[in-house]
Amino acid sequence: MSEKSSDKSTTNNDISTATFETFETAWCPGCGDHIILTCLKRALTELGKNPHDVLIVAGIGQAAKTPQYISANAFCGLHGRALPAAVAAKIANEDLTVVVNSGDGDSYGEGGNHFIHNIRRNVDIAHFVHDNQIYGLTKGQASPTSQTGHVTGVQVNGNINIPLNPMLLALAMGAGFVARGFTGDPEQLVALMKQAILFKGYALLDILQPCVSFNKINTFTDYKSRVTPLPDNYDRSDLNLALKTAQIFDDKIPTGILYSVEKPTYHAQQAALADGKSLVKRPFKLSAVKNVMEKLV
Amino acid sequence: MALNILIGGAAGQGIDTTAAILEQLLKHAGYYVYATRDFMSRVRGGHNFILIRFGPDRITSHSDRIDCLVALNEESVQLHASQLADKGFILCDSSIPTDDSRAIHIEMTNTAKDLGNPRVFGSVAIGALLRLLSLDLVHIAETLKRHVPSSALDLNITAAEQGYDMVAPRLSEPAGDYRHYLTVSGNQALALGALASDVRFYAAYPMSPSTGIMEFLAEHGKDCDIVVEQAEDEIAAINMALGASFTGVRAMTGTSGGGFCLMVEALGLSGIAEIPLVVCDVQRPGPGTGLPTRTEQSDLRFVISAAQGEFPRMVIALRDQQDAYEQTIRAFRLAERYRIPVIILSDQYLADTTSTVEPFMLTKSAAEREANDNQDLADTTPKTSAFDNGYRNYQLTEDGITPRVYPGHPNYFAAADSDEHDELGHITESPEVRHQMMNKRMRKLDKLKTELQEPRLIGSPKCKTLLLGWGSLMGPLEEAIALLEKDHPGQVSALVFGDIFPLPVGQLQALAPQAKRLVHVEQNATGQLASLIRESTGISCHSGILKYDGRQLSGEEIVSRLKGEIIHE
Repeated sequence: MSEKSSDKSTTNNDISTATFETFETAWCPGCGDHIILTCLKRALTELGKNPHDVLIVAGIGQAAKTPQYISANAFCGLHGRALPAAVAAKIANEDLTVVVNSGDGDSYGEGGNHFIHNIRRNVDIAHFVHDNQIYGLTKGQASPTSQTGHVTGVQVNGNINIPLNPMLLALAMGAGFVARGFTGDPEQLVALMKQAILFKGYALLDILQPCVSFNKINTFTDYKSRVTPLPDNYDRSDLNLALKTAQIFDDKIPTGILYSVEKPTYHAQQAALADGKSLVKRPFKLSAVKNVMEKLV
Repeated sequence: MALNILIGGAAGQGIDTTAAILEQLLKHAGYYVYATRDFMSRVRGGHNFILIRFGPDRITSHSDRIDCLVALNEESVQLHASQLADKGFILCDSSIPTDDSRAIHIEMTNTAKDLGNPRVFGSVAIGALLRLLSLDLVHIAETLKRHVPSSALDLNITAAEQGYDMVAPRLSEPAGDYRHYLTVSGNQALALGALASDVRFYAAYPMSPSTGIMEFLAEHGKDCDIVVEQAEDEIAAINMALGASFTGVRAMTGTSGGGFCLMVEALGLSGIAEIPLVVCDVQRPGPGTGLPTRTEQSDLRFVISAAQGEFPRMVIALRDQQDAYEQTIRAFRLAERYRIPVIILSDQYLADTTSTVEPFMLTKSAAEREANDNQDLADTTPKTSAFDNGYRNYQLTEDGITPRVYPGHPNYFAAADSDEHDELGHITESPEVRHQMMNKRMRKLDKLKTELQEPRLIGSPKCKTLLLGWGSLMGPLEEAIALLEKDHPGQVSALVFGDIFPLPVGQLQALAPQAKRLVHVEQNATGQLASLIRESTGISCHSGILKYDGRQLSGEEIVSRLKGEIIHE
């Protein structure tokens, strides 16, 4: 059974559900997931979201435990499969605010195919990738974003694969909103989350976070020394600039919104959704089905 | 009696359209029509054929004995002339070289060319065939209208009229009264059942022979408020269906065996997260790519045990078009009532066979939802945390069934969890809770078993030989029993399973001890139904009629194999 964290009393029955509550987590002390969860709650609260209209979707992994720790609707699915479930939930009920919180392994490895194709689908969801460049739940193997040379219990001679560049891949696939945050800058992170949620269409926010247990290379200090917020006058509508910026990942890592241009969403283009009413709220159309049957006579 | 037309040709010659037009014309003339498709997995060339059987009475099986061979190429003559019945004929273009005395050569290609469009040669053949069958051209215009572009309509009518005048009547068959019946394939009937159930979301990856379901739903998506999404793979398709179902709409996915393999993990997600799901597996021969456009019943043992771990599920095998419609409706209802995955097993034979059927019963009740779902509950349980506001997604109940809420409910949260979880849906590793949750899920089967439908008995319960079959072999078995009645009245009956997992055993246990011989009839190599029966009841079959060459047993074939094996003992 989950236990309530100590910040609020649970002894009475008068619990407000209009706020996003936190539950005791199973994350390591110092894990970036704590900050992401706090920022997520803040972003949703500041946007005035009712927890009952919010759906948090995750796959499997440490980051993917996020829906367990926040009072909102929760879908904890299979490893790598958060996106298909999330987009379908949004397709069926567009009145929901759908946020995917999952890790780099879940989002880019096991779920890589869904990542690519859901950018193309452009359903209006926000995808927050907790990117610590390592596998946490399975205890320290290389993830798709692990840097080359990273030595792990499996990559014993160092990771020989080229790290996946989620920013560049998303831009190449035509994503409308591509951003990067860092748990060491919570103010920026909350702002990025809010803009990703408000963005009409698929919004990718890759969040750099340290893994205190398994990634001894990309530590908080390491990230802190490299992250560089994009300047105020950065042009978010310039795709070429975004493509160029996305390739920078060395002693400098740009953070902020690399690209933001709205494109026709899935809902705007799907004929069956044209009238703008959520599928889940529409009445059964007996006469339409009757017409279909009559055509077969 | 019935007559049997075979239209043969290469892929790309339009035999599908020609057959569809002909089927409709025959039904308009009052006949019962049953058409099976034998296609190769290629877009051009090869050899394809369609068998159209029609007559004044119900037809439930194809037959390999043909009366009219419409040969659109030379190969069709070579391959099928030996199947011709006594008074049978071959209708072909004058350019096809054959000295078969039964051949009627007409100018199909040249007539079409003279009319200015080589593609209307099929209509010349249709016109000629109608005359050969002593039928008229009354319905030709309205039928062609549904199959050819309006710009080519007049030309096609002229072509049919010219074909009609080229020949004289040869055969005639009394008509029935089926004008107002439907013409549907198994795939279409299944999709209609989904429409009648108020399905709102269908995600799939195209895979023969299941794609027809997706195409049919997509065609009517806008009018019926259904989103049909082509997924990037079958893993996405089933996870999408689960995501949509979680929000409260009825959702479905469909595939064939290979795609089902990819769906397996998510089948377990449906089981543990208790998200209602309907999955259709339209079987084809495996393993691997197998025979993509052909038929088999070899996924039974796979789908009843697919996915790691243990969870309740139901498997329904579709037996004919009527069943496809009604059982799909039932699948949605049971999936929702028990919050379980329900697998519909069809196969290529049923999926692609079009048959005359009485218009399906369409009522609002099929679309009605579980009364207890997404309601406000009497809030009496003590609250344990901020997550607990009186509703528990996995509340332990006597029958294991917990009402659902949908995301967006003003008072409660909906939670789905693929990890083992407590009543609220929170991850847990408590041995006690694990035990309680496993028992909660598994005891849903106790109630589900009270809703099982017993197999259909064809023939007398006091038979000497009892045939045991399932799914699409019902039609051929029905014809086989009818054929056997003449020489062996009352001796051979068949029991055909629709509900197949959990296996309803009542009728089998009542009939089996009386029969001298039990023979399972299946389209697979290992006798999967027989082994399931043995496992569930201890009853063993004495022998089996198995076929796994990708082609369906016909009623006649069952009779001949049965005679060879049993009756002469």
